[in-house]
Amino acid sequence: MTKMLLRCAVFALGTLLVLGHAGGAEAIEIRRVVSPGGIEAWLVEDHKNPIITLSASFKGGAAADPDGKEGLADMVAALLDEGAGPYDSEAFRRQLEDRVIGLGFSAGRDGFSARLQTLTENSDTAFELLRLAMTEPRFDPEPVERIRAQIVSSLKRSATRPQTIASRTWWRAAFPDHPYGRPDSGTVDSVGRITVTDMKGFAGRVLTRDQMEIGVVGDIDPERLGLLLDRTFGALPDTPAPTTPEAAQLSAVGETFVVEQAVPQSVVVFGHRGIPRDDPDRFAAAILMEIMAGGFGSRLTEEIREKRGLTYGIYAFSLPLDGAQMVMGGVSTRNDKVAETVRLVREIWAGMAENGPTEQEVRDAKTYINGSFPMQLTSSAPIAGMLVSLQRDKRPLDYLEKRPELIDSVTMEDLRRVAKRLFHADELTFVVVGQPKDLKATAPVPEPRS
Amino acid sequence: MRFPAIGRGALFLALFCILISGGPAGAKVYEPESFTLPNGMQVVAITDQRVPVVTHMVWYKVGGADEAPGETGLAHFLEHLLFKGTEKVPSGEFSRIVSRNGGQGNAFTGYDYTAYFQTIASDKLPLVMEMEADRMTNLTLDEDEVAAERQVVLEERRSRVDNSPAALLSERTNAALYLNYPYRRPLIGWAHEIEALTRENALAFYRKWYAPNNAILVVAGDITMERLMPLAEKYYGVIPARPVPERVRPAEPEQIAARRVELAHPLAAQESWTRRWLAPSRFWGESRHVLPLAVLAEVIGGGSTSRLYKKLVIEQKIALSVGAFSGGGDIGPSTFGFYGVPAEGHSVEELEKAIETELQAILRDGVDPAEVARAVKSMKASAVYARDSVTAPAHAVGQALAVGRTIEQIENWPEEVGAVTAEQVMEAAHAILTKPGHVTSILRPKPAS
Repeated sequence: MTKMLLRCAVFALGTLLVLGHAGGAEAIEIRRVVSPGGIEAWLVEDHKNPIITLSASFKGGAAADPDGKEGLADMVAALLDEGAGPYDSEAFRRQLEDRVIGLGFSAGRDGFSARLQTLTENSDTAFELLRLAMTEPRFDPEPVERIRAQIVSSLKRSATRPQTIASRTWWRAAFPDHPYGRPDSGTVDSVGRITVTDMKGFAGRVLTRDQMEIGVVGDIDPERLGLLLDRTFGALPDTPAPTTPEAAQLSAVGETFVVEQAVPQSVVVFGHRGIPRDDPDRFAAAILMEIMAGGFGSRLTEEIREKRGLTYGIYAFSLPLDGAQMVMGGVSTRNDKVAETVRLVREIWAGMAENGPTEQEVRDAKTYINGSFPMQLTSSAPIAGMLVSLQRDKRPLDYLEKRPELIDSVTMEDLRRVAKRLFHADELTFVVVGQPKDLKATAPVPEPRS
Repeated sequence: MRFPAIGRGALFLALFCILISGGPAGAKVYEPESFTLPNGMQVVAITDQRVPVVTHMVWYKVGGADEAPGETGLAHFLEHLLFKGTEKVPSGEFSRIVSRNGGQGNAFTGYDYTAYFQTIASDKLPLVMEMEADRMTNLTLDEDEVAAERQVVLEERRSRVDNSPAALLSERTNAALYLNYPYRRPLIGWAHEIEALTRENALAFYRKWYAPNNAILVVAGDITMERLMPLAEKYYGVIPARPVPERVRPAEPEQIAARRVELAHPLAAQESWTRRWLAPSRFWGESRHVLPLAVLAEVIGGGSTSRLYKKLVIEQKIALSVGAFSGGGDIGPSTFGFYGVPAEGHSVEELEKAIETELQAILRDGVDPAEVARAVKSMKASAVYARDSVTAPAHAVGQALAVGRTIEQIENWPEEVGAVTAEQVMEAAHAILTKPGHVTSILRPKPAS
């Protein structure tokens, strides 16, 4: 969960792409492809390996699950590749496995996505299976009940994990009346209530051409891609997209919640409001988050891990969802060090808001952000993902070229101002799961929503 | 399956699953080029110029299995301490310099190797080579920093193991499965032994094992051997070779007794079951069985169309999930095994019986040559994906070389796996799975009292 959120955050912040350099390596060139039928995809052609990778995203994820049917988006994602069109579950899976086609779906809070990876020689079959999964999923009784049982089992398993408990409690406390406060993957009860009609409804509602974004990388040219786009996505309905989640206000601001659990190490999740994806200050925020939490050398890791040995890992990231924007973080430490760790997080937070970053920190963060982006693009799947998020965020085709300049032009003055806007030590809401010593809860843990 | 490696990273927990090391039918896999410096350090280049990025790795042929008794976790602790600085690059600066230059780096420790890596723009390669070469010999350790890092490792242990019943059980299972071989010890170390590790322990281990003649340099991505060779000579070639002890690994006695390891834990939400046997690796036991066992695992339990899944999950509905695994990439004994989670209303004992029944059927009736052909074809084809990355080939090649394989052996993988027959699969199955000395481990929920 955290890992996935983290990745979203990284992509949301974007950065730049080095387009070739003196060493003579090939540049990554993004092309906009529009099929004869009017379906758009962004393409990075690469014929080095006979592989094609596709990523597609749709609006409408777990936040759009009907009340009482939490987990619907997740369950649909798990079932689309379990039988479609003429193939029952086994026949469908066999097609995929025999040809080593990677096909999968996943649901996020705000969106739903498909990914496909295939050898060029099997691409006709691969795209056909993707089409069938999206347009003619079968939801046969056997796979439905099998997957339901697997989801329920995984819900039960994760329900005892301190990490899951901390995260779920945080969201429940922060969004008591908003879909974001519900568990993404649902509950044992809600997953038990989901019907085939619900799933068919979801697929018909969400898998539409409206607000669909597609990124493709690999061994394919624009002409052939155009053909496959029409064949694969042409039959999807072109209906207006599901409404994006309502804007939400965070509750429980500044509170500390403690969930008692007998574990040797407490797990802490914290967070407060952040800034939107399209905010003019987003570049300054990206730089500040890097300085605060960009791994080794960042303030949190330096103070809490390196100097004091309080934790194996502390992290924080921006999470600009459609309906709410957050800065989130987490840390784990032994029970008798939780109070000290929480106090330090607040102090480091307040220090940044008050004094801003140092010149050296800013220089380092800028070079890191500008230099590290290609590191994320060392295989096809993340490039395809990036092509999708660029489109989702309505970036121009040459955005990656302009990005370094936008980062570099952020001034010290901007950063001091945005530091005050971004970091609010007294608004941090903490959830601690474990047996923390000397740490007072300020409010009772909210009951799960039914 | 033993946990492959543990590292220093926190939020960049890069756990690399290097299961595939193959290539397209007929073709070679990674096409690495290699030469050896006069001081004995092997240098490997894997060229892939799609992005102007390189992954630079130094692999040391030493890991957790080379620790002396009583000092579990030392190899991993030293790996952490290698970030604590030299005279030229003081504590904390290594990571800072790498990220200031837009790069990312980390390190990890396995039983048979320890590796340090950075992924960075290719024009910054000399910078990371210089720093990595510097810390091969010039480590200085401050007592206070060693103490703080020991606390970090203890927190790492709590995060990875003590807060997780599955990890606790796995640790105890390894201790039961290996009777004498050092894979029985946890890589991260037992908590009481981590607490006792000192600066002197770490430095002694460092001086003993960290030498160019015990290391392999792998650079993948936007690099050619022509460009790499002079850099390798300049930065690593000047470090004198030193005598490095031979790795002495004790022999494992014959396994004659089946064992059961059970853990009831309040954080375990449901029952789960695993059974494993010691199995040959490339360097231990009957290595000709390694690839047939990999094929066997694929046929029996490699996904939702495999035998076990079809029978136990789809048809009989006894299991929620079930599968098989095989190792083979270690210096010492690997493992082969099965795992499963019982479905609601079924006990772990029922599941165990059902898996045993399937296993007996396979041993009695054999596998279908068509099943084998399908598994082999899919394993070979999936290997094409292995090239689609800068970092993964560096890991796969470095790991294979660090345990003692040759580039030729890595490159011949597709041919070798393509030649596996149903007879070989059955011969391997009989050789390993009829042995009595397996370990069954069971995790059970424990109601909170």
